[in-house]
Amino acid sequence: MDLNFLDFEQPIAELAAKIDELRHVGVGDEIDINDEIARLQKKSEKLTESIFSSLSPWQTAQLARHPQRPYPLDYIPRIFAGFEELHGDRMYADDHAIVGGLARLEERTVMVLGHQKGRDTNEKVYRNFGMPRPEGYRKALRLMRMAERFHIPLITMIDTPGAYPGVGAEERGQSEAIAHNLYVMAQLETPIVSTVIGEGGSGGALAIGVCDRLLMLQYATYSVISPEGCASILWKSSERAADAAEAMGMTADRLQKLGLIDQIVPEPLGGAHRDVDRMAQTLKHALVKELDELSGLSSDVLIEERYDRLMKQGKFQQQG
Amino acid sequence: MNWFDKILPPKIKSSTGLGKRGVPEGLWTKCPQCSAVLYRAELDRNLDVCPKCDYHMRIEAARRLDVFLDREPREEIAADLRPVDSLKFRDSRKYKDRLSEAQKKTGQSEALLVVKGALKQTPIVVAAFEFEFMGGSMGSVVGERFVRAVTICVEQHMPLVCFCASGGARMQEALFSLMQMAKTSAALTRMGQHGIPFVSVLTDPTMGGVSASLAMLGDVIIAEPNALVGFAGPRVIEQTVRETLPEGFQRSEFLLEHGAIDLIVDRRELRDRIHALVSMLMGAPREFGRDAKAEAAGRQETLRDVEDVAG
Repeated sequence: MDLNFLDFEQPIAELAAKIDELRHVGVGDEIDINDEIARLQKKSEKLTESIFSSLSPWQTAQLARHPQRPYPLDYIPRIFAGFEELHGDRMYADDHAIVGGLARLEERTVMVLGHQKGRDTNEKVYRNFGMPRPEGYRKALRLMRMAERFHIPLITMIDTPGAYPGVGAEERGQSEAIAHNLYVMAQLETPIVSTVIGEGGSGGALAIGVCDRLLMLQYATYSVISPEGCASILWKSSERAADAAEAMGMTADRLQKLGLIDQIVPEPLGGAHRDVDRMAQTLKHALVKELDELSGLSSDVLIEERYDRLMKQGKFQQQG
Repeated sequence: MNWFDKILPPKIKSSTGLGKRGVPEGLWTKCPQCSAVLYRAELDRNLDVCPKCDYHMRIEAARRLDVFLDREPREEIAADLRPVDSLKFRDSRKYKDRLSEAQKKTGQSEALLVVKGALKQTPIVVAAFEFEFMGGSMGSVVGERFVRAVTICVEQHMPLVCFCASGGARMQEALFSLMQMAKTSAALTRMGQHGIPFVSVLTDPTMGGVSASLAMLGDVIIAEPNALVGFAGPRVIEQTVRETLPEGFQRSEFLLEHGAIDLIVDRRELRDRIHALVSMLMGAPREFGRDAKAEAAGRQETLRDVEDVAG
């Protein structure tokens, strides 16, 4: 499999190439070659471990947007059963940058919502690079309301560069669509568990991310603006994205230390895309555990706790 | 100094932070739209709206509240909150330095000023963004001050008006600032359940995270003429779609046309119009709706009495 190695993974890529080469050679002295392959694979694992143990925020940001990073439609069949995708906002269109629908998570029915990016060029365009328009947020809202009506918990997967900045999106009320979701999610009478699975980009991410439990995959990022956007505004150059990524503290471990997220879901060695099945299983267990904890809470208690969580957001000083 | 400032003890003056205009920039001002040369004192009387072409210039938060509210009472809310640099954020400059510079420049401690006062004798809480304070960006203090404003409105059953002027969320507070969108919106959800009106006034400019949260959640949304209002900035959109944007794109008139706002109101009429709206929303007797029960039951009682007499 072509793993699309990132810049900082080059040493791993070189080893992988060597191993591949050996495999192709491998007739004659089979035993020796197998030994050699095993040795190199061990070495590759060690190397990956050491590189991944000290990733910079910018490297993490690149992993979060890795071209092979699993998206909701990769996770959904591995985590849930009987997914029925539900379409459209009933007002204007079906936005392909957000997918949602009913599914079963073990014995529970759940409503799943997520930003969906595309894999190849055609699909990327079809999914608008995971950047929703107002109709996407309105579809999400419709499904949230449905979940509430039927006492079904809501599971959201966040992975977007942000809400789409386009003429039509503005004409149809991008701001209002996002704001309305924040407004409704604050009081939605059903549990909400959100996971940042890739790129948590700004208001476009938050619009399906107001929740009772916020999880983050180990190499996901979550911030108020993309590192490039931040760099171009504050440093006047998008080249300084690495500095911006560092400054904004957008990685899971930093955000956990700041008390902004509840749990980090560990990824397989080398990132979620190296072993999607395993990643899905880990995430599934985390989701089931959170729903177990939230089950049985009356909606009054649930909403009161969610409200308290929201009111505690922010750091400031009170004088005197 | 006017007579009102003179009679206030100095402590109250500093705590309200109102009534003090910025440094006078000379006697004459040029209108950025029609280039008319305007006499400063006349412009002041005209609330910084060009008397020749009605162009609405940006005004400071303190002045905004000063001209909107009755002279008294006035009490600043959550004035004691100060921003902190919890991320030790540093770009080309330190966040801390940017903060102290903004404080010095505006005379405000943060980008949102909240005052409890009265509008034509109706008790009211009014918030105003200070755009000159780091682009009116919303960080933790702005979010918290807004929530405290909402809390007072709920506790004391008073309407809330917010004058928005903001570039969006404050990047230097990263995810903390993003979460203020959720926080302020959640507070408004609560307020709505208590039947207390929120009037959002969009002034030039209202963008990004502020636009995509509290600004668009008004029961009534009013914009000043020709204010730039939207989620993504015009330059970002132009770079994304690679075409020139239509004339008047993201201006108040465009928003009204697309159904995003209720009204466009001239600054000089805001006091009257908002007072009228709020009075209608707050003044209705509880004869219909959820709280109507008691009164309706009372009326039925009366009806039965009448029937009894008739019978």
